[in-house]
Amino acid sequence: MTHFIEDHGLLRLLTCGSVDDGKSTLIGRLLFDSKSILADTLHAIEKTSQKRGMQDVDLSLLTDGLQAEREQGITIDVAYRYFSTGTRKFIIADAPGHEQYTRNMVTAASTANLAIILVDARKGVLTQTRRHSHLAHLVGIPHLLVAVNKMDLVDYSQQRFEEIKRAYLDFAEQLGIRDVRFIPLSALKGDMVVERGDRLGWYQGPTLMNILETAPGVEGRLTQPFRFPVQYVCRPQDSSNPELHDYRGFMGRVESGAIAVGDAVTILPSGLGSTVKAIELGGEALHEAVTEQSVTLLLADEIDISRGDMIVKSSELPTQTKRLDATVCWLAETPLDRARTYLIRHTTRDTRAKVAEIAWRVDVNSLEKQAVNQLAMNDIARVAFKLAQPLLTDPYAHNRGTGAFIVIDESTNNTVGAGMIAATGA
Amino acid sequence: MLFTTLKPKQRLLSHLDWLEAEAIHILREVAGQCSNPALLFSGGKDSICLLRLAEKAFRPGRFPFPLLHIDTGHNYPEVIEFRDRKAAELGERLIVRSLEDSMQRGTVVLKHADESRNKHQSVTLLEAIEEHGFDACIGGARRDEEKARAKERIMSFRDEFGQWDPKNQRPELWNLYNARSHKGENIRAFPISNWTELDVWQYIEREGLELPGIYFAHQRPVVLRQGSIVPVTDITPAKAGEEIIDLQVRFRTVGDITCTAPVESDADTIEKIIAETATTTITERGATRLDDQASEAAMEQRKKEGYF
Repeated sequence: MTHFIEDHGLLRLLTCGSVDDGKSTLIGRLLFDSKSILADTLHAIEKTSQKRGMQDVDLSLLTDGLQAEREQGITIDVAYRYFSTGTRKFIIADAPGHEQYTRNMVTAASTANLAIILVDARKGVLTQTRRHSHLAHLVGIPHLLVAVNKMDLVDYSQQRFEEIKRAYLDFAEQLGIRDVRFIPLSALKGDMVVERGDRLGWYQGPTLMNILETAPGVEGRLTQPFRFPVQYVCRPQDSSNPELHDYRGFMGRVESGAIAVGDAVTILPSGLGSTVKAIELGGEALHEAVTEQSVTLLLADEIDISRGDMIVKSSELPTQTKRLDATVCWLAETPLDRARTYLIRHTTRDTRAKVAEIAWRVDVNSLEKQAVNQLAMNDIARVAFKLAQPLLTDPYAHNRGTGAFIVIDESTNNTVGAGMIAATGA
Repeated sequence: MLFTTLKPKQRLLSHLDWLEAEAIHILREVAGQCSNPALLFSGGKDSICLLRLAEKAFRPGRFPFPLLHIDTGHNYPEVIEFRDRKAAELGERLIVRSLEDSMQRGTVVLKHADESRNKHQSVTLLEAIEEHGFDACIGGARRDEEKARAKERIMSFRDEFGQWDPKNQRPELWNLYNARSHKGENIRAFPISNWTELDVWQYIEREGLELPGIYFAHQRPVVLRQGSIVPVTDITPAKAGEEIIDLQVRFRTVGDITCTAPVESDADTIEKIIAETATTTITERGATRLDDQASEAAMEQRKKEGYF
């Protein structure tokens, strides 16, 4: 009997914390208890655990990917893990917790809809907890889940759990984090991860796995304005098939909102209007297309449209601008050079850009804003860019798809910065 | 303070629809950003999924890239037949470059006659890339296959020597892919990075995709060698003293004959294969790839040298 995971779709989540918080053990536990680890993988980590003189199988070894990491016993890069239950598929982005890897956490967070923030029950809310929460919030992860781990080491104390919860809520309020839940657990012993166990009887809420199985995905984006950056234009011009002679399909992925046949649309930046004549996917006609769906749009009028243009509903226009104010995370070892011209990639559109101003840099630990003149790797700052070509934007807080951009250094083609567009006046 | 739980019947994509939409988006980004890509097609199940995804991404137009196969000369004949027929059915251009040509040129030198040719494919691939000036190669690798792949980017940069530098990868954020490269460099694009083996089989079932027969249970002469089932073929004869037995087997991965082992199975339909995959206890490569068992870091090493 096959089991399709149709009802709850797919959830992308991020785990934040360091090896000390038991993050790798937690991921290992999720994979292990959901039976996503197969015998030969388990056998390999059993052997390694023995080699290192450990008594139990070290589940954290499951997430150590690269040779260099195994040698150093740390995680240096984002890794992606997959598991599914009867009702949902999960993609975990596993980001290293060390301070110098802010850029990795921002990378991992950029595609996540939920973040698990691990707190060691003995240590409580630390600077690192604040940093992770701040970054998760900054990158716009809609839902935070604070997992108070290692409850086995504090005698499964409800009092300790409540203390940590209060401390966390205090600073979450300062950050403006509203959507947050708490769960006590022991990844090592398996309490409240997939199984409830019998040592946390005072906790009445759902297990971690229950929360993950029912947490919201991208529903919020369905009600946002329709945004369709054009990736590719299909003009078959197949002489053997006259029906295709005038075919012009505008191919892309719905970044947000939904569109139906007959809707009035505007093409930007030209500003020309038309209506949706047909929506297709692989030759099949659809009545509508929703957020995250890749489709082909056909319009009623013959309009010149190319990659980089954006199709939107005529009633919901984005901002057209040649200046960006954005929170930028610098990703490259080479510092930002204010004298240089960079390439900005936003949706499917590229433009050259220069820094107009660095307003401030934020200390990710203290949240203090400091005046700076340049940006180094892992810095997070408010930067204004002047653009050679206009971009079609929404504030990142409203729309991740049209609020995000990357900065590319054309000499190396490396991705050197990640930007999140600020709300006007913010 | 609590986030409300999910309401059913909202217009969300199923997990397969989501994976499909992501893969189509990646294929279109390659087409939009790169001037001369190619799609690596081996006749294996992952690249068969890629072909369907390319149809969904680009029809009614032609694919904006040719299909490319690096043939080790050690492939199962039914897979090669399937490869040629599939390319013809789609009406797309298929380029085949052969490892044996590289051996004749002297660019591939085997240590001994029966050394596995698998890892030497990298040389022929790099030669094909240079010959045609490809700036991107689309491949069917998945992150769940192997530890080193779990950290590879969807658009993965290779230098002039085809090398992957795992510690110096381009950050990849949101769905803003950076497939830029200078002349001589190359991007490897992996549209089904986020798929698992089970996802692949479920997609094959849903789309009704045809596969080479060796994916389904069949009788085959084999020998048992160091815990693996080794098929007996002209290229891989039984060694002295080994007993040849007929076993009901199927292949979970299809590649070079010398390094791809079948598993014992009576799953002769896709439905049965899915049921088996959902309950299997051995990973895909663990069961069937003799080359990855060499060491824990075997794949990482090969990728650094220009492997897919």
